[in-house]
Amino acid sequence: MSTTAIVMMVVAMLVIWGGLALAILNLTRSAETPTSREVHRDL
Amino acid sequence: MSASTAVEEEKRRGAFSSRRVFILAAIGSAVGLGNIWRFPYVAYENGGGAFVIPYLVALLTAGIPFLLLDYGIGHKFRGSPPLSFARMRRGAEGLGWWQVGICAVIAIYYAAVLAWAVRYAFFSFTKAWGADPAGFFIGEFLQVSDPGVTAEPVAGVMVPLVVMWALVIAMLALGVQKGVGATAMVFIPVLVLSFGALVVVSLFLPGAGSGLDALFTPSWSALAEPTVWAAAFGQIFFSLSIGFGIMITYASYVHRHTDMPGSGLVVGFSNSGFELLAGIGVFAALGFMAQDTGQPVGEVAGGGGVGLAFIAFPAIINEAPAGALIGVLFFVSLVLAGITSLISITEVVISAVRDKFEIGRVAATLVVALPMATVSVLFLGTTSGLHVLDIVDHFINQFGILLVAVVSMVVVVWGLRALPQLAAHLNDHSSVHVGLWWRALIGVVTPIALGYVLVDAFVTDVQTPYGDPEAPYPTWMLAVFGWGSAGAVVVIGFVLARLRWRSATALDGATYDTDASKEVQR
Repeated sequence: MSTTAIVMMVVAMLVIWGGLALAILNLTRSAETPTSREVHRDL
Repeated sequence: MSASTAVEEEKRRGAFSSRRVFILAAIGSAVGLGNIWRFPYVAYENGGGAFVIPYLVALLTAGIPFLLLDYGIGHKFRGSPPLSFARMRRGAEGLGWWQVGICAVIAIYYAAVLAWAVRYAFFSFTKAWGADPAGFFIGEFLQVSDPGVTAEPVAGVMVPLVVMWALVIAMLALGVQKGVGATAMVFIPVLVLSFGALVVVSLFLPGAGSGLDALFTPSWSALAEPTVWAAAFGQIFFSLSIGFGIMITYASYVHRHTDMPGSGLVVGFSNSGFELLAGIGVFAALGFMAQDTGQPVGEVAGGGGVGLAFIAFPAIINEAPAGALIGVLFFVSLVLAGITSLISITEVVISAVRDKFEIGRVAATLVVALPMATVSVLFLGTTSGLHVLDIVDHFINQFGILLVAVVSMVVVVWGLRALPQLAAHLNDHSSVHVGLWWRALIGVVTPIALGYVLVDAFVTDVQTPYGDPEAPYPTWMLAVFGWGSAGAVVVIGFVLARLRWRSATALDGATYDTDASKEVQR
């Protein structure tokens, strides 16, 4: 493979798969939804 | 009182049991045949490595914002597309039915491709296609007639098609969580494993590097071409299952306090992540084939799509070491990716019928899916099936999905001016703030970009009738299956919207939306 092709492949992987990793990390930090029963009690 | 109404409605309509199930189901819908057979070729044709730039721009400025629009509509208004649009504004319900009609049409032909892929997974063991995969596919397998419509059945397609529908109907009858959700929970991890294995095997083929070279070598001049940018927006749009009701429907099954923008980022990047993986796997295999036959990589790709999957891949399987393994992994991946998408497309229709007519899950599944399966078997299980599929697929994509997406978007944004309330709703439990940037993208950038793609497609189809110039489709066929099917779903959609809602269905915000009801109580 040529160097430019390798660079572009790595860039694509970093941005897209890295973006996915960040998106998952962000979501795991945000609280999971409470169950309907808990919400019901709250209200 | 309203909270209990909301819980009752959740019980009646069905719901995903958790955020994880919803995300996997949404990924299952977004990741489909197009990720495997469309993306790699589109990227290769439109600048190779340089395509990454317009692709990412399209993902971030149109794909994910549009996904969030669908999520906002379905999640706030808690319904299938007709119910959600009716709750937004009674007169907008027709848009929802138009989307439902498009889903029905797509499911009818999509199932046929899955039936072919199932057969080809078995063919892979013995390389049943022999030395001439193209001749086998067109001649022996599909027994393709001259352009036109025939009533001659092809048992080798019809039987697996019936089985495919029986399977999908059974899964859908099980309900939102036990059917749609559970299928995605199992199929998506298995898909990632099977396609991952395919990528590893492909990367060890001799010549794999030259395939990746062809895919990733950037052609920077492509960035100056409007067609390349249009291709990127088109790819992102068609790949994400946005704009025609699926994501509205799935979002309506998610708990009210779910972080929808955070979930949307995961779904959007997962879809693109799988597309990138597919590009690597497919082009590594094509590189092997190019080296083996001494042809350029572009020549052995079969033009992407059906040709790539059912002609180019069998040729690779014939020549490659461990060919049978590659074949099984490839076609099983196609089936897994496709079936979760087919389920999502059919679920839109079932959900809409359930919402409007208030009928039970199993009854609605049968009322909806049996007629669709019948039409599917009759039109796609015959010697003219490939022609019907080719025409309907082309027109319903361009003048169905794309058109309804642009029209609904413009109506929601500029007609109903619903963005502020949708943004407020999305932000309610969000880890990512949906701010002015989103309204600017959805209100201006996305409609302009998709509008350009749409007009370009329209001009092309008007100037040059769709099809192979050497074996043109009869004009009546393009009129009926092409323009006709795309037009019929609009008419049928707005007729269905005239039907009355049952008295038990709440169209008033205070009764279905706990946030709104809190406002009222205050």
